[in-house]
Amino acid sequence: MASERSGRAHVLLLLPGLLVVGALLLLPLLWLLALSFYDNGLSLVHYTRLFEDPSYAKSFLLTFQIAGAVTLTAVLLGYPLCYWMLGLSPTWQRVAFICVLIPFWTSLLVRTYAWLVLLQRRGLVNTTLQDLGVLSEPLALMYNATGTTIGMAHILLPFLVLPLFATMQGIDRDLLRAAAALGGSPRFVFWRVFFPLSLPGLTAGALLVFVLSIGYYVTPQLLGGGSTVMIGQLIQRNIELFSSWGAASAVSMVLLAMVMGVFLVMSRFLSLDRVFGAR
Amino acid sequence: MSSAHLPATPLARIMLTIAGVAVLVFLVLPIFIVVPMSFSASRFLAFPPPAWSLRWYNEYFSSPEWMLATAVSLQAAAATCVLATPIGVAAAYAIHTRKSRSTEIAYALLMVPLMIPHIVVAVGVFFLFARAGLNNTMTGIILAHTMLAIPFVLITTLSGLQGFDMNQERAAQSLGVNRLRAFLKVTAPQIKGSIIAGALFAFISSLDEVVVSLFLSGGPTSTLPKRMFVALRDEVDPTIAAISSLLIFASLGIGLAGVVASRRS
Repeated sequence: MASERSGRAHVLLLLPGLLVVGALLLLPLLWLLALSFYDNGLSLVHYTRLFEDPSYAKSFLLTFQIAGAVTLTAVLLGYPLCYWMLGLSPTWQRVAFICVLIPFWTSLLVRTYAWLVLLQRRGLVNTTLQDLGVLSEPLALMYNATGTTIGMAHILLPFLVLPLFATMQGIDRDLLRAAAALGGSPRFVFWRVFFPLSLPGLTAGALLVFVLSIGYYVTPQLLGGGSTVMIGQLIQRNIELFSSWGAASAVSMVLLAMVMGVFLVMSRFLSLDRVFGAR
Repeated sequence: MSSAHLPATPLARIMLTIAGVAVLVFLVLPIFIVVPMSFSASRFLAFPPPAWSLRWYNEYFSSPEWMLATAVSLQAAAATCVLATPIGVAAAYAIHTRKSRSTEIAYALLMVPLMIPHIVVAVGVFFLFARAGLNNTMTGIILAHTMLAIPFVLITTLSGLQGFDMNQERAAQSLGVNRLRAFLKVTAPQIKGSIIAGALFAFISSLDEVVVSLFLSGGPTSTLPKRMFVALRDEVDPTIAAISSLLIFASLGIGLAGVVASRRS
């Protein structure tokens, strides 16, 4: 009796949230799913087009290339950063951690704008490199895939650092001490003991960066210029330029399936609330 | 916790320090480049600015469009915070106090807004609101932002509840206090920090949200990020530097307050 009553109370507490998410997210997604199969009747035309029209294939390929490059950049920058932070004194560790969180809290548009200022033809990066004599001609860093990759790597790096650093902090230092005491060289202890133990965090962080990259819209639109069309822009163009809801829905569904697939894989490495918990 | 326990040769240690500092500079510097830019007297994005002025701040504060967009965004963020916080706290309480298959599913469903790319959310909600007549309305923006903010409140409140001993609330109940009062008088004050942190993140998430607003808001209900996006896409208006600098300090302040609040509880 008592548990039945408390069961009802729990339903009431969960109801507002479930109603909001159900009505404003799950319902429209089901609607898009239905639209993606509709073209004057049940049809697969919006999906077959994805394979037949080369511009779609090109866009998907470009998205994977950029997402891959962003993920790789984040791993190459994030892993040494986390490892270095781990050895700092608590005070410096806190300072470094705040430096990671500052971009995390700053508006996406502000960060994209900052890269717009830095990467343009006469921006700080090009003028500095020219003043130093490294370059004679300014590099085309913006309105192409390079600019998009740099901007996105900067924006998404904290998503790699947070789960990776948490995992590294959880590694038992006694294991490292034991391996060293048994005569393991620093290189051996790092590659055979520390690195394998940090892999779950690295994998989760890398997957998170990858999954966020493939759905990105704002940064590629502003830094990529007209020629760098990622999946997100494909969806927006189908609606705003061509009012083609069926096509936009089909692309959305494919994107959604990929994203959910990656999250499913990721949940094997780290619970989702730990991944997002830092925000 | 000294670095001596971490395996690294002396040379590797030096290289690691250089790499670590360089990555931190990469993370932070671009953001603080914006602040000096905002005091430039020039229309062009030259750095360092050729001369200093408050011209772009003046431009921002004297522009009715920018002021309207700012008011829209602040109102939407405040309303989102007010709606998402109780919804998220209630759900977190239910999920924490009853571990079952159904609350696990509810938790997964409430986390979905965090996982779906915003462009897909935007298209779906735009389609729904087109039928409901909610596009270009304040109500529409607030509803969409509330849905997106629920996971943030849920996560922070759940982490607060994990550190709280529920026996205290049971003790209060056994002394004859009803459940709601027990929560408000015993539990809530002790997880206050987490709830405040969740509310602050809900506020920022609405204030910074671009993609969904791009589709849902327009004309007089355009949010600040929407106007900024359009201004950046069409031609880089230096007023953005002034707005960005103000936003940097606002989000840093709110972000730090959130961390301090969640540490307290």
